[in-house]
Amino acid sequence: MNFDFSDDQKLLKDQARKFLAEKCAPKVVRGVLEGAGGLDSNLWKAIAEMGWLGTAIPENYGGLGLGYLELCVIAEELGRVLAPVPFSSTVYLFAEGVLAAGSEEQKKRLLPDVASGALIGTFARAEGPGAVIAKNIRATFKGGKLSGKKTAVVDGMDADYAVVLARASDEPGERGLALALVDLKAAGVKRHAQDSIDPSRKHAEIIFENVSAEPLGKTGEGWSNANRVLDRAAILMAFEQVGGADACLVMAKDYAMNRYAFGRPIASFQAIKHKLADMYVNNELARSNAYYGAWALSTNARELPLAAAAARVAATQAFDYAAKENTQTHGGVGFTWEFDCHLYYKRSRELALALGAQRSWKEKLVTELELSNAA
Amino acid sequence: MDFEDTKEEAEFRSAVKKWLDANAPAEKDEAGDFMGERGSKGWLAAQRAWQAKKAAAGYARITWPKEVGGYGGTPIQQVIFNQEEAKHNVGGNNPFAIGLGMCIPTLMAYGDKNAIKRYVKPALTGDEIWCQLFSEPAGGSDVAGLRTRAEKQGDEWVVNGQKIWTTGAQISDYGILLTRTDANVPKHKGLTMFYLSMKSPGVEVRPIKQASGASGFNEVFFTDVRIPDSQRLGEVGQGWQVALTTLMHERLAVGGGAGGALDVPQLMALARALELEDGPALKNASVRERIADWYVRSAGLKYTTYRTMTALSRGQQPGPEASIAKIVVAPKLQDLSAFAMELEGEAGALKGDDAPAHGAFQGGWMGAPGLRIAGGTDEILRNIIAERVLGLPQDVRVDKDIPFNKLPSGR
Repeated sequence: MNFDFSDDQKLLKDQARKFLAEKCAPKVVRGVLEGAGGLDSNLWKAIAEMGWLGTAIPENYGGLGLGYLELCVIAEELGRVLAPVPFSSTVYLFAEGVLAAGSEEQKKRLLPDVASGALIGTFARAEGPGAVIAKNIRATFKGGKLSGKKTAVVDGMDADYAVVLARASDEPGERGLALALVDLKAAGVKRHAQDSIDPSRKHAEIIFENVSAEPLGKTGEGWSNANRVLDRAAILMAFEQVGGADACLVMAKDYAMNRYAFGRPIASFQAIKHKLADMYVNNELARSNAYYGAWALSTNARELPLAAAAARVAATQAFDYAAKENTQTHGGVGFTWEFDCHLYYKRSRELALALGAQRSWKEKLVTELELSNAA
Repeated sequence: MDFEDTKEEAEFRSAVKKWLDANAPAEKDEAGDFMGERGSKGWLAAQRAWQAKKAAAGYARITWPKEVGGYGGTPIQQVIFNQEEAKHNVGGNNPFAIGLGMCIPTLMAYGDKNAIKRYVKPALTGDEIWCQLFSEPAGGSDVAGLRTRAEKQGDEWVVNGQKIWTTGAQISDYGILLTRTDANVPKHKGLTMFYLSMKSPGVEVRPIKQASGASGFNEVFFTDVRIPDSQRLGEVGQGWQVALTTLMHERLAVGGGAGGALDVPQLMALARALELEDGPALKNASVRERIADWYVRSAGLKYTTYRTMTALSRGQQPGPEASIAKIVVAPKLQDLSAFAMELEGEAGALKGDDAPAHGAFQGGWMGAPGLRIAGGTDEILRNIIAERVLGLPQDVRVDKDIPFNKLPSGR
């Protein structure tokens, strides 16, 4: 049994943690949260210089070619400090989309720029409220031209390129969908920032009016390719969520140990102790599910969709619980702008909704269970 | 990252497999019946015969040194043996686990040479069974609040009182017994540990009829039971420290799987077979959502066990994550069983063979309250995680510096 990260991977994780503790203090997150601009470009540059953007990108496309386990440990540390950079959009979604569905030429053209930090990418699916369902996708991609509207696109204002889910043929449902690769500086692209619950990651509405775009993968495979990318991103995102949940537990513990009420530290009250114990249990369950996802990701296992859904659901539940109960443990000050509780509360919900809500992933999980039982 | 054995582990597993294939008895044969009721003659005979065979091969206690009859192996080898043994339907729930897992290690730590020589081997071979006499009606989660008195008379101690929830007392030959020898000092300081023969005059074992109707536990009454001072374990007044040794050994038990017999696959099988207002239960969105919730907890535990095994395999101490299992399993069993009974509708109120799935979920639901209490309640386990894993302060102990006989007892 060898179900843990290697010593080298743990070393990388320690290095990432130290690096981010120095470069991504809460005031950096607040800078983005409170500012009108987008990402923190200093942090983004520093992360690019570390080579993290190309961790899992093969060397022949300009990456480090280390692998997904290495990317997982970095993701956990980015999640722990709420790094206000478009890492997940660019690496988990855009680069994975290009790797999964792109042509050799596209990979050679785009991935080196991802790895160097020159290209910020994102992935645009939703067009309005409600789950993203194949039959409701109205954006069109026909004759090399993309038209339509996408909403709540994470990092949509900062992105240079987007992968866009669109209808490319008259075939109904999933079969008519394709992924379009589009330069967001092209003529006919209009975008504006949207208000969101977590302004440390900016969201955008993007409108495409007859924009020149290129296909990413084949028409008819858009939906299945999108899902493949989402599964992979869900595992990496789960590590960010586990990192965030862990940070909440540490914050809650530190505060409870030092806050005195009724003549003693509130950490000595069972109401607080049991809450933190539950946080710990949820976090460990989420971590173990995420590890299984990491294994599936690194080996391209047949079980990947099930592992991804379980990792996603467990991590979402853990971060949700940890973030809200961390705030609760802090009492009144937890609801002030000054304390950092709200940063985690907001990010936990943002990550819970990016990639689709828990409910959708639970449905996917049980569908996978049915398939594996039938097999 | 992988799930494979190391080369050494694979070799050990293969040797164990081979030995089990050649030696593991059938579920039921002339030697006994593993499927018989726990504690029954046939069941006990089967367990003893199998234990003796394992002891002869050195497999009865993998991690014990060879000098005392063990295998001289590692914790991961014990896990591997347990996994392989579990495939043969012979090892689970055996009556020697408490003796070998808790009582004998305590005896080895605190007993004299003669006692060790006398008692270790028969316990290992299954000839003698041990039980642990700690819990009392007035000392459950607060074990140190126990009231069974031991008074010194010459070279003997005279014991009066009552123990409860004693697993296997009715089939045990010996027990380790925690008593109060001084009520004039604070509760942790007035305790002393002994071992005794369960056949001693004045020991009476009565089964407890549980809420489920079954009787897996006992009350044990002590009336003027005389124990020689030579059977004391540790110093007078040191009983709490000795008890902690016993309980520490309880934590080292690492099982193969953590899911239990009733889990998501059984619930899915039921949901596949039943219909609700809107069609097959398995297609109902609320049913699917609950299945997903329980699946992530079961899978999380399964992979947490893998992490623990990985630490053992690398020769490291497992992390504290191993302590979460029961707090997850027991409430899940209760909730999942109750939910399954709801899918069964009005017929969910039936039990046994009259019920769907032969009453499996009714049985789970009825057993779950016990599981949430035995071996540390959900609440005590949360305290343990909070204090020992997270390092939060202990509860304020209002009884800490007060002599035991001055404590309010609530009655």
